[in-house]
Amino acid sequence: MPKKSPFHQRTSQFCQSMNWKDWAGYYAVVSYDTHHEQEYFAYRHAAGLMDVTPLFKYEVTGPDALRLLSRIMAKDISKVKQSQVTYCCWCDDDGKVLDDGTVTCLSQDHYRVTSAEPVLHWFHQNARSLKVTIEDSTSRFGILALQGPLSREILTHAAGGDIASLGYFRLIDCSIDKRKVTITRTGYTGDLGYEIWCENKDALAVYDAVMESGKNYQLLPAGLAALDVARVEAGFILNGVDYFSANHCVINSRKSTPFELNLGWSVNLDRDSFIGQQALKKEKKEGSLWQFVGLEYDWDAYESIFAKFDLPPQTPAGAWRTAVPVYGRNGKQIGQATSGAWSPTLKKNLALASIRTGHFTMGDTLQIEVTAEYERKRCPVKVCKPMFFNPDRKRN
Amino acid sequence: MIKTVSKPKTSSYDAIIIGGGHNGLVCAAYLAKAGKSVLVVEKRPLVGGAAVSEEIVPGFTFSTFSYVVSLFRPHIIRQLDLVKHGLQIIPMETTYNPIPGDRGLVRWADSERTRDEIARFSQRDASLYSEFGLAMGRLSRFAKNIIDTTAPEPASLNPKELFKLFKMARLFKDFDGKLRYLNVKLMTMSAVDFLQEWFESEPLLPAMAGSGIIGTFLGIRSPGTAYVLLHHYMGEIDGAFRAWGFSKGGTGQISLACAKAALSFGAEIITDAAVDHIDIKKGRASGIVLENGDDIRAGTVISGLDPNRTFLKMVGEHELPDDFVTQIKRYKNRGSSGKVNLALSRLPNFKDGRPGHHHLKGDITIAPSIDYVERAYDEAKYGAFSRRPFLNIVIPSLSDPSVAPPGKHVLSAFVQYAPYNLKEGADKWPEQRDAFGNAVIDTIEECAPDIRDCIIHKQVISPWDIEKMTGLTEGNIFQGELSLEQLAFLRPVAEWSRYRTPIHKLWMCGSGTHPGGGLMGAPGELAAKTMLTEGGV
Repeated sequence: MPKKSPFHQRTSQFCQSMNWKDWAGYYAVVSYDTHHEQEYFAYRHAAGLMDVTPLFKYEVTGPDALRLLSRIMAKDISKVKQSQVTYCCWCDDDGKVLDDGTVTCLSQDHYRVTSAEPVLHWFHQNARSLKVTIEDSTSRFGILALQGPLSREILTHAAGGDIASLGYFRLIDCSIDKRKVTITRTGYTGDLGYEIWCENKDALAVYDAVMESGKNYQLLPAGLAALDVARVEAGFILNGVDYFSANHCVINSRKSTPFELNLGWSVNLDRDSFIGQQALKKEKKEGSLWQFVGLEYDWDAYESIFAKFDLPPQTPAGAWRTAVPVYGRNGKQIGQATSGAWSPTLKKNLALASIRTGHFTMGDTLQIEVTAEYERKRCPVKVCKPMFFNPDRKRN
Repeated sequence: MIKTVSKPKTSSYDAIIIGGGHNGLVCAAYLAKAGKSVLVVEKRPLVGGAAVSEEIVPGFTFSTFSYVVSLFRPHIIRQLDLVKHGLQIIPMETTYNPIPGDRGLVRWADSERTRDEIARFSQRDASLYSEFGLAMGRLSRFAKNIIDTTAPEPASLNPKELFKLFKMARLFKDFDGKLRYLNVKLMTMSAVDFLQEWFESEPLLPAMAGSGIIGTFLGIRSPGTAYVLLHHYMGEIDGAFRAWGFSKGGTGQISLACAKAALSFGAEIITDAAVDHIDIKKGRASGIVLENGDDIRAGTVISGLDPNRTFLKMVGEHELPDDFVTQIKRYKNRGSSGKVNLALSRLPNFKDGRPGHHHLKGDITIAPSIDYVERAYDEAKYGAFSRRPFLNIVIPSLSDPSVAPPGKHVLSAFVQYAPYNLKEGADKWPEQRDAFGNAVIDTIEECAPDIRDCIIHKQVISPWDIEKMTGLTEGNIFQGELSLEQLAFLRPVAEWSRYRTPIHKLWMCGSGTHPGGGLMGAPGELAAKTMLTEGGV
């Protein structure tokens, strides 16, 4: 049976649809209403409040905390300043991605890691001979993600602290309803947003205070279905959907490297050794087998596929996660789209895909499989960078 | 916002578009995209015509006239890249019909929940509701074919025209027998009669029939209103029919997105520039003269104004054939609606016992019974505004907080009937405006008793005001009624449904042309495409 997060008492009160799923062993709301549309639009035009407690959390402490993380992460963690958060991934010896998440520098000897999967064993294994303690703090904290263009106003109202000047991927310790919280300007919607960390015992009070502050800003509790559409628009990859942790792959060809997932920007190769460094250096030199890209459907073509059956174009009701083949100019399969969504904001049908290098360049038109009236068809898609939605307010 | 000036850069253009309404701007964008030099001339300080947002009170943005969006053609959004130019649409999920002293009727996006709501009034209606939606959806697809192309010309023997008619006939043929009869009924019946073939209960019947009278000077029992019902059903957002939404930042943002698209293609827009007349030499339009005396030349003049204003004021009867003038004079404008916009200090309490405000996020229709709506029409028939009008209310700030300060709201009430021609004369509207506004607030008060305590500011707009502010003749929001005799190949008048006019090089692109009004952008687009393919510009 899934566990209940410290916010469960509230989320279950608001979740009228009873639409839950198991997220890393916790009950997580898929959508509060029968359809996630309102929650999606809250994320994009007001703000949505989501319980993201199920993220795995680790406290890495001790004089060698930085050394351990620098050894594990593909990114150079020594560059992360105090009160800064960074997004990164970590690999096995072959440079294949194990997971992606965030590292927060709370102090020189205290870092905090979030991940999609448990990492305790991997961290311990690599911490031998280091003066470092790794604590799984997953069940110690509750985390709320407050995301959307009005999140700053709401949080300014709710929290005692200078939220207005909190920079992108920075952290502030402050209080909400006299409870100690840590607020980071991070999120998974590709928009302005924050994540609020609190102790379990304070969770309900913090939740109530944020909801109360959000009353005048049309804040809505929001679930995973709305988040999934937002993250596709933002082009954020998802472990287990757009790639698979090297730990879980039965066959090597299913594993991915950071470069293949468009995470090359988060890899710092030229520094002291880290896990996967040699393999990644070699790949950097020789090139990657795959590229992670965005695909935009040609709408007129999409519409005409359905028109042949006398049907209006059927857009997916939410984000989809069942991979479909992508074909090259010669009609052969050259990759797969791993997730996608109709973007109500951009008015485009979007997908995220892994395509074999050498078979395309940016801006090319490829073909994607579309099922219309039980028949498999191909629809032209334009290849672009995997970031469809990126408003200025996200960083500014 | 866009920066505009009141002086054009040069004195001559391939095309001048009179009126910076959304259709004029769409037309300008398509022509500029095709490489033409285009000037849009708008008399008001801001573009948009009847699709504008204005900050009437600091912090409160009113969608002054047009207030929701549905019919705007999705392909225009794509072809003009309007999302890039700022267009954002937030869908409306509910339709609420308050009844004083009752829970009222809410139709939700969740069909099961809607069925339960309707079942409170009629189990039978509840079980039929989704079937009706499907039938209308099928008819909408037939209608979509009509609104997305130029009107067919049944009197022509041109093979292209015959093919078009044939194509339509084929679509019609695809309908099963039942649906074909339904289509004929839709074209001829009143909204109430049509709906009564399906449903039996109030408030469902008047709630649904209400959209059949919007913008017309007809009652819900008047034949022909069933079609207008369909006109409101075929709105589509992201491929889903009958989807309505708010434009983020107010309806004016749609016009601004169109304007930005036009500018990006190289069109020029001038504002605060009222046109005095269209210059016509030897039966050919050659330019325009502004009220300030400026003379601007054009290869083609395109009017986005309504037919009455275009021909009787901008061109002049003496330049036109007599029978054409007669037809234009017969063209029915008959403004029948007004608008009351409120800035609210808080959300009013609709005494309906419903928790929260989720049910207020869509539109709120005050039409508790068929007789109520018909009675509202009775008063209008004899030249008075309805004391208890049909209201279509929206509170966009619940979905788009950017239009009001935190915790405060804007409420927009579309009011019918407010006949342009009061029995005392249209020019008596300024004297009756207050009483009209009060009648609307009294009506809201019956459902939300504390409405008066919430009002910070009130903007009351009569059809006479609409005419004064936007230039729409008699304040008709559609540039002429959407009645059958004024649609398709008859819009605005027979033989002149293809954006051409009897004046050489004078074209039309406003809602007074096919396929009509309702914030579609289609007349502007189709006019531009017709001109480009037929050498009009």
